[in-house]
Amino acid sequence: MRRLVPVVLFAVLAAVPFLPLGQEANFVLLLVSRVMVFGLAALSLDLLLGVGGMVSFGHAAYLAIGAYAVAVLDANDITDVGVVLAVAMGAAGVFALATGAIALRTRGVNFIMITLAFAQMVFFAFGALSAYGGDDGYSLAARNTVLGWPLLKGRGYYWACLAVLVVAYLLCRMLAASRFGRALRAVKQNPARAAAMGFNPVALQLVAMVVGAMLCSVAGVLLANGAEFVSPAYGTWQRSGDLLIMVILGGAGSLHGAIFGSAFVLLLEEGLGRATEHWRLVFGPLLVLCVIFFRGGLAGIGGRRG
Amino acid sequence: MAEALLAIAGLSKRYGALTVTHALDLEVVAGTIHAIIGPNGAGKSSLIHQICGTVRPDEGRIRFAGVDITRMAPHRRARLGLARSFQITSVLPEFSVLENVATAVQAQGGSAFRFCRAAAGDGVANEAAAHQLDRVGLLPRAGVVAGRLSHGEKRQLELAMALAARPRLLLLDEPLAGAGPEETARLVGLLREIRRDCAMLLVEHDMQAVFALADTITVLAQGRAIASGPPDAIRADPAVRAAYLGEAH
Ligand SMILES: Nc1ncnc2c1ncn2[C@@H]1O[C@H](COP(=O)(O)OP(=O)(O)O)[C@@H](O)[C@H]1O
Ligand SMILES: [Mg+2]
Repeated sequence: MRRLVPVVLFAVLAAVPFLPLGQEANFVLLLVSRVMVFGLAALSLDLLLGVGGMVSFGHAAYLAIGAYAVAVLDANDITDVGVVLAVAMGAAGVFALATGAIALRTRGVNFIMITLAFAQMVFFAFGALSAYGGDDGYSLAARNTVLGWPLLKGRGYYWACLAVLVVAYLLCRMLAASRFGRALRAVKQNPARAAAMGFNPVALQLVAMVVGAMLCSVAGVLLANGAEFVSPAYGTWQRSGDLLIMVILGGAGSLHGAIFGSAFVLLLEEGLGRATEHWRLVFGPLLVLCVIFFRGGLAGIGGRRG
Repeated sequence: MAEALLAIAGLSKRYGALTVTHALDLEVVAGTIHAIIGPNGAGKSSLIHQICGTVRPDEGRIRFAGVDITRMAPHRRARLGLARSFQITSVLPEFSVLENVATAVQAQGGSAFRFCRAAAGDGVANEAAAHQLDRVGLLPRAGVVAGRLSHGEKRQLELAMALAARPRLLLLDEPLAGAGPEETARLVGLLREIRRDCAMLLVEHDMQAVFALADTITVLAQGRAIASGPPDAIRADPAVRAAYLGEAH
């Protein structure tokens, strides 16, 4: 039964464009695309947090890096999505490798703080890019193209988000179940025991960080295309916090839970945001209640885990 | 004469004013059991930690199988054939008992950086794991989540994990602590059987077990080896009787 949950989730996402939504269609499709893009970002964070045991408080930096890859190439009239993805993932991977190698020398709260610090560096660095609007951001001249075709428009954008999310999910599932994933989960549960078995905890965690960063940068590319706009705000620490909340709410380590978490946070933000501008005041306590009552996260409801 | 499997020379470790290992020389010969006894706080666990690499010594050298491992990372020592049990049992609590041992098998069997095939479908590892579980008497519990095991079962599991690595040297930190008479008898029998495959450094308070198993005994007090030799010599040593055996019996 529980194995069907991700299948049903993706089936529902695939069915949304066919619903008779009338005038609301565009709004709904945009909102659900956003859920999928942030679901992708949260999924990539779950690889670090839920599988690898790394509480990274700087994951939004990779969203920003992906988004700025779009902007910088856009300014140079390069719109091919293949090139954009290669640059985004390359940059995010290199950044994760360099900062991760330093951050993984620490544990616990220090790891949280150092990942936050690196993300803040990215945030301020992009804010200082006056050629790309500085803090005000940069409006894209055009969305990315696929082999010259402007496919990332309208429903094409929705399908692209869904396709990328499904591929990323399957990739993460495969990784989590592989020898690498098993070793990584061993490190998460008990690093001393994992090392005594012969696993290199830092190397395993570093690879997970790089893969997670590259996946998250793809979400940044999609986000920039959806908004046709890029700004340092993509990489704020609040956004990193939101991603953590999505993963924990959804059920860390479950992978598909991250998508539930994204839906929960974004829909609630939308709903509460309409009712009151102080929506975070309501959101906070709601979150605490969720964590208390749904220990396995949203993905754990209706079945016991562990 | 060939070099011992484990050769420790001039090992020292201090925590501030406290010296937990004091210019220690110690050898473990392949195919033998070397027991370390001594009162609480003598530095037995600290010594194990330094051999495993989780604590860095201040001075001295540790050679294992002809390789200087003094500054080597713990996981690399493990890959050379060094396995251990922890004084405070240490398993992978979210994995099943079988998964714990299968993971230990896989940790020794080639690179961990394999990303495609599912680890749980590795029949060879699962079979090897089941065999080790059978040896320690834990096979009926193979499907249980390790975090739910009793303390004694966790210790059995740790032993199975250590054996699954097919180590050349097994470091055991009080493997019998808290075990009842039946379990003790079983474990002593198992250790005797294992010795054929791998040497052991055994830290243990159960004197009956130590004298039944050990080929060599070293008595540690305040980080120093105050006596070392075959069991009969240790039993007769007046200094040892005064410092340790007297108070343990
Ligand atoms: N990390 C540490 N920092 C300070 N003192 C320590 C540390 N680890 C152990 N000790 C001290 O070293 C001494 C030896 O400890 P240990 O090796 O655990 O003894 P044993 O295993 O023989 O009972 C004890 O007095 C202990 O308090
Ligand atoms: Mg001890």
